[in-house]
Amino acid sequence: MAEQVFWFFASVAVVSALLVVVMRNPIASAFWLVNTMLALAAIFFLLQAQFIGTIQILVYAGAVMVLFLFVIMLLNLGRGGSDLRRAPVWLLGVVLVGVLASQLMPLAGYTRERLALEYTRSPYLADPEMVFDSTLSAAQATVERGVPGDIAKPLFEQYLIPFELTSVLLLAAIVGAVVLAKRRI
Amino acid sequence: MLLGPSLAVSALLFTIGVIGVLVRRNAIVIFMCVELMLNAVNLSFVALSQVHGISGQVFVFFVMTVAAAEAAVGLAIILAIFRHHRTVDLMNINLLKG
Repeated sequence: MAEQVFWFFASVAVVSALLVVVMRNPIASAFWLVNTMLALAAIFFLLQAQFIGTIQILVYAGAVMVLFLFVIMLLNLGRGGSDLRRAPVWLLGVVLVGVLASQLMPLAGYTRERLALEYTRSPYLADPEMVFDSTLSAAQATVERGVPGDIAKPLFEQYLIPFELTSVLLLAAIVGAVVLAKRRI
Repeated sequence: MLLGPSLAVSALLFTIGVIGVLVRRNAIVIFMCVELMLNAVNLSFVALSQVHGISGQVFVFFVMTVAAAEAAVGLAIILAIFRHHRTVDLMNINLLKG
């Protein structure tokens, strides 16, 4: 059952992502991107990452995409002609993307066992139960601490300094955005 | 576990994002495709966090913060460019070309 739900949302995400690229009107692109992000949030829920799925909806589909739509409508875009690059450039782009896709697609064959095998580089020790500490796995941690506590523990212990630095980054970004967008300071 | 399928979907979404960046000319659409690539990478982080532990989800949290900051600054830059050039078509913005 979970597998069918996964494939449903995966196809929604991929088709919406294609429409983001294909749509001529930037507002239509933005709405299809919102659709992609909602489908990805559903996949996050399926993969036992409930907190990340919620944040995905709140921050990405909510805040960031509203910012995009706001700017598109402020600039009054979406009435231009063709938006593609000249033919040689985009043909080169498609070729490069073909190479990239052919390199990335072997990822589809990965399982837990194969990951363990490449992690240890030894065919004898490649039992995933031994390689990956099961007490660290997301499902187990959720049972112990609940969904928010699950991610809060490493965030406020192991990654405390990066977390605090993020606030400085956000402050710098806000100040930078105000300075850039204001006509006269 | 759905590890392989998740990584495949992630790779597909990343590739679509790269297509968008290479093919389109509208700066805002290109920016949205960059967001799409960030989302694709987030999906692979979440998929691998099932195996490697919760740290992957912490990384997704950081990626989202950086993406939000990037969206704010990037859209401000696009706004400033639009005020100057009256367009967001990247083919017309060639001030640095010698």
